[in-house]
Order: sequence, then C-alpha cells, then structure tokens
Amino acid sequence: MNVHDKYKPLTWWDKTYIPLVIDGLSVTLRHFFRNIRLHILNVLGIKTKERGAVTYQYPEEMRPLWPRTRTLHRLMRREDGSPRCVACMMCETACPARCIYIVAEERPDVQIEKQPKIFNIDLGKCVFCGYCVEACPEDAIRMDTGIIDIASYTRNGMLLTKEQLLNIQPKVENYVARPDLVEGQPIY
Amino acid sequence: MPTITIDGKELTVDEGKTVIQAAEEAGIYIPRYCYHPGLRIVGQCRICLVEIEKMPKLQVACYTRVQDGMVVHVNSEKAKRARQQVLEFLLVNHPIDCPVCDQAGECYLQEYYMQFGLYDPKMIEDKNKKHKAVPVGPHVMLDSERCILCTRCVRFCDEISKTSELGVFNRGDRSELLPYPGKTLDNPYSANVVDICPVGALTERDFRFKVRVWYLDETKSVCPGCATGCNIEIHTSKARPYKNEGRRIARLKPRYNPEVNDYWICDYGRYGFLFVDDDSRIQQPLVQKDGQFNEVEWDNALYMIHGVLNQALENGKSVRILGSPQMSNEDLYALKRFGNEVLEIHDIPVTVKPLEKPYSDDFLIREDKNPNTRGAALLGFDTDHAATEKLLADCRNGGVHSLIIFHHDLFKGFAAEDVRSALDKVETVIFVGSNMQPTAELATYILPACTWAEKDGTFTNHAGRVQKFDAAVDPLENSLPEWKILRRLAKQFGHAFAYFEAEDVFRDMAKKVPAFAGMSYRALGDRGMVINENGRPSQQAEVKEELTVVSK
Repeated sequence: MNVHDKYKPLTWWDKTYIPLVIDGLSVTLRHFFRNIRLHILNVLGIKTKERGAVTYQYPEEMRPLWPRTRTLHRLMRREDGSPRCVACMMCETACPARCIYIVAEERPDVQIEKQPKIFNIDLGKCVFCGYCVEACPEDAIRMDTGIIDIASYTRNGMLLTKEQLLNIQPKVENYVARPDLVEGQPIY
Repeated sequence: MPTITIDGKELTVDEGKTVIQAAEEAGIYIPRYCYHPGLRIVGQCRICLVEIEKMPKLQVACYTRVQDGMVVHVNSEKAKRARQQVLEFLLVNHPIDCPVCDQAGECYLQEYYMQFGLYDPKMIEDKNKKHKAVPVGPHVMLDSERCILCTRCVRFCDEISKTSELGVFNRGDRSELLPYPGKTLDNPYSANVVDICPVGALTERDFRFKVRVWYLDETKSVCPGCATGCNIEIHTSKARPYKNEGRRIARLKPRYNPEVNDYWICDYGRYGFLFVDDDSRIQQPLVQKDGQFNEVEWDNALYMIHGVLNQALENGKSVRILGSPQMSNEDLYALKRFGNEVLEIHDIPVTVKPLEKPYSDDFLIREDKNPNTRGAALLGFDTDHAATEKLLADCRNGGVHSLIIFHHDLFKGFAAEDVRSALDKVETVIFVGSNMQPTAELATYILPACTWAEKDGTFTNHAGRVQKFDAAVDPLENSLPEWKILRRLAKQFGHAFAYFEAEDVFRDMAKKVPAFAGMSYRALGDRGMVINENGRPSQQAEVKEELTVVSK
C-alpha cells in the first residue's frame, strides 16, 4: 500500500488553499494577541503567574539549567588548597575526544605521592560527555560550574590549563533550584 | 612418569613436577603470586590452593608434587572459594592506591580481583601504615604498604643476583619488605625485581609516573647492549607523545628465552636505550664547512659524497671503511657488498676495543659491548682490534684519502692525539651514525643512521644465535637504516642493490653466506636460530605459546 493513500484527496475548495491559510494565520494571530495581552498585563503587574511567549533574551537572561546539566569542567581542591587530582589518567583514558592532556609529577606529600604537572583540557575538542567525571576515582573533576558560554577568538584560548581549571568560580545561580532537594543542600 | 587428572584432563608429566607446572602443561592457569618459574618454590602466598582428592585439606599447587593417579580440581567450588578468601586476606593491609600506582594495569591483585575477588569485603579494621616511596636503589622504588610478602624479590636477590640485599622484617601483620640495614639494592640486575613483583610494591624509578602501562605498545626486540643479545620487549608510548618528556621509548622489559637470558636482563641493558631519544641524535645529513655543520638534503649529501669518492678512486687514491659491530647483520652484509662491489675494498675492520675494560660477569653481562661481533666475523669482517689500529696507522702515514666510519667513537678506543693526528691526514672523513660524538665532529660529511629500535634486522650473539628484532618506532626525522644509506650511495655509483626491506637483504644473505643458509625471518621466530661449528644453522627454534592469564 502506498503511504500516501492515507491522505484524503483534496477537494476543489481545499485546492484553493484559502481555508488552510486562514487556519494557519488564526493560530499565529491567537498567539500574537495572547502574548500582547499577557506582556502588557505582566508589565502592569497583573496576572504575573501566567507568562507570555517563552523567549529567553539569552546573554542578558540565562535559561535555568537542570541540575544534571554538564557544564564547564573544574578541578577540585583539597582542604589545604592542593589539587585533589592524583594524575591517575583515568579521565584521559576514558575521554573519547582525547581532549585531556595530563603529565604527572611527584607530590611532596608522600602519602598521596602523585599530582598533575600539566592538566590541560582542550574545550575545542571536548564533547561534554561527562565520562571524565564518571571515571574520576578522587572526585577531582566536576562539570557543575553552570558556565556554558565558552568561546574564544583563538584555538589556544579554548585550552584550559591546570591553574585555570582550579580557579574557575562556579555560577551555581545558573542552575534551576530543585524543590525536591532538601534546603541548604547544594543542587549540583 | 605419573599420570594425573586436572579438571577432567588426563595427562602424563615428568617426575618431580608440581601441580602448577602440570596444570600449565594442560593449559590450565592457576593463580600465583609467589610462584615464579625462574625461582625457588616457597609456597608463601597460598593463592594457588587447589582441591586434591583423598587429601584432607586444600593444597598449594605450586609446592605439591604430582603423584600417579592424583585427581586435582582447580575450579571446584571449594577451591575457588578458598582462593577468593586468600585474596581477601592479601588485601587486608593493601592500601588500594591504584590511581597513583605504576603497576596498575599489569597488577596481579587487580587481575585476580576482577576474576574472582570477593566484591563485598568483610574487613572493617584500619589498615597498617608502613614505609611508602622508599628509593631502595638507583633504579627501584619500594612501597611496603602495597607488598603482599610473596618474597619473589628476596629470592631473586638470593638466587639470581646472589647479593641478598632484601629481606622481610618484623612479624605478623607488621611484616615488611626492606633492604638489610646499610644495604642498597644496587646490584647490576636490580631492576628485575620490578618485573617479577606481582604487585606495585617495587616499581621502576626511571619509569615512575611517566606513562600508564595501558598506553604502551610492545615490540619484540633484542638488547643491543652486549654480545649476549638478551631478548627484550620495547614498550613505546606513541599515541600520547606529550608524556614521558617526549621520549618515544618508555621502557625495556626482558622477554623469556630459555636459551639466552631466561626471564632476566641486566640494568645496563635495561637503561641503555636512552640514546634513542637523546638530544644528540643526528636528524639530517650534515656537511662541514669552515667548522660549521650545515644541513643538506639526502640526495645532495649522497651526490657530494659520490663525487669525492669517485674522484679518489679515479685518481687511484685509497678509500677505506671502518664498520661497526653495532650494525645488524643486514647492514653489515650491505656494507660488505658495498665495499667489495663498489669500492673494491676487501679488508674492513670493525672492532674498536675500549680503553677501559668494561664491567662483565659470568651470567649475562659480557665484556664485548657490541651485539653483533660474531655476525661481523661470520660475514668476513676483520674483528681484530689490531686491524683498526693498522687502519689508523695508515691514515697517519697519509695513505688514506677518504675514510668512512660507521658509529664508532674512536676516542673511546685510542688516545685523543692518536685519533686527531690520524684523521687530520685524511682528506675526507664520512661519518655514518645515530648520535653526535667527538669523532663525528671531525668528519666532513655526517649521515644520520637510525638506531636499532627504529629498524628491522638481526643480531648474531656471542654463541652464534641469530635473533630478530623489530622496529618499535619510526626513524627519527631523516635518519635511515645503514643498508638503505648504502643502497642509495651504491645507486650513485651505478650499482643497483635490489633491497626494499631488511628482509630482502636477509634473504639475499641467507642465499650467499653459508653460515646463514636456510634461515629466514619466519624460521628465526621469537627464539632465534643457532649457527653450528660447520657454519650451518643447526637448530630449529621451538616456539612454545606463552600461557596467558585465563579468565574463569
């Protein structure tokens, strides 16, 4: 059976396309007048629970991120300020884009032994899969900064070094607050 | 000869073998930590427990001798459960710091835990603290916490190196592997304890934190460090070149060959690969002009050299060659053909005896530090040091117009003024080698040769065993194997050497040189073939599959 058989053949009235144009325009106009009405009322402070068209004015207005959204990486620190990372290279191994570059060195603290000398992430290659976070046995790398506006004029600008990754200030306010989580508990 | 049954397989084994060896013959792998085929058996770790019928308790497979009619169950529920619990005991004080441990990836604790570990540990006590990151010797780092006290390293130092530096101190769960007071693990075979350590207690200092082992590629090769020709594996890190300070070769590991080196290799050989990625490597053909070396293209360099040599030959002046036993059989054969057919030189000395007598012993380290002196002798080169001396004397008398030197640093074998006075009289010195060194600096033309790790070939060791080595990495920049250099140079003279790969040279050599008759890369295999006294290959290498860890 031909798949097109399920469509009813058009009548001569349909073939003029006048009803379809009217049908489509009515939807557009319905939204137009609804948004005009709601935006005016919202500006006046009436019916504030009902919002107009859901357009985010992106750079000025941030769309709330769901708590599990993977955003820019950061490296965690220990209580004494040294990096949590022990350069085990699990993230580097797990990375499908091969965007992590680690070179290890001896750590002065003999109980931990190892630390990264170089820890670079090439965001130009990163696919934000989050495997590095999954693989990390030390909870040293996280993707919870809430930063998604990552851009640079140069390729080198997309390469984040160890120092940059350690000093990223997370923008927690970009995440949507989850009412089902206990108050005071971090949402990420 | 007793006949035994292991997991339903019936087999007859030699008298005096133990169950673990018999099982290996049957192709059944029994987990082991303390058992090592190259060392005395102690039955220390208990991980190899098996069930033997008519015996009241489980027995250790490594220590129990086979008896006629024995019925062994390796994979019965009882034996599996016992091994699982032994592993749990071994892990009681293990710090499980796999993320920072260099052994991770080749660790037998990890291996067996993934196979039959007790995934729900019952141990809740605190772990004992012991010494961490102790450099016990120039090459070895000790971490006592990770040690499972299998004593393989202790036995190695007692039996193989016979230096007895290591021991187990204290008792109970405070037992700890340490060097004896005042001793350091600095015997010439010390780094072998790293290979035999089944866990991460002993790790290499040179390799420490450089590359994770799962990034490494393995290539079968032969050590070029001395005339023994120990079988090795070259571990290279090619996929992630930013690691290891840009060194392409990460480490060398011994490869089992019962005819040559068993499981062992000396430290000189193990750390003798550093020149491959050294800064002194020659990467381009160089021409000296007013004391300055200028880089030139291969074709230009060969054209100039051809011009010089051709003019010398036409004017009836003497051109001489100094070969090197560092070169492979293929390179030497190509050199012989080049000497005989192109330059019509028939006496090519190869040996330069070092001024200081190098260290040697009666185990693996030989006094002759060249891997292929025997091969050079078989191919008709003059391996006497006196021949080189005579060549230099000829140079000093002004009888040599051009001299081609392969690899040798003459300053290591002769007094400095002797070398200088000799080479000053030679109009054109052509140096073919891999690294820049004092002799090379006196040359007019320098051609970059690649190292043994960058080419295929064979070495003939002191006992006449021809062994194959494979290229582990690509030649650095514009360096070439010597036989390729000679092929291109011969082409300038109008001689065609029809060789495209090292194997072509070997095939031709096997046809022409009686000592290598009947050999081919395929026949050499992993263990190599021996040349017997009448100069014929005597023995077909028996290639036995290495038994790998079989998962349950």
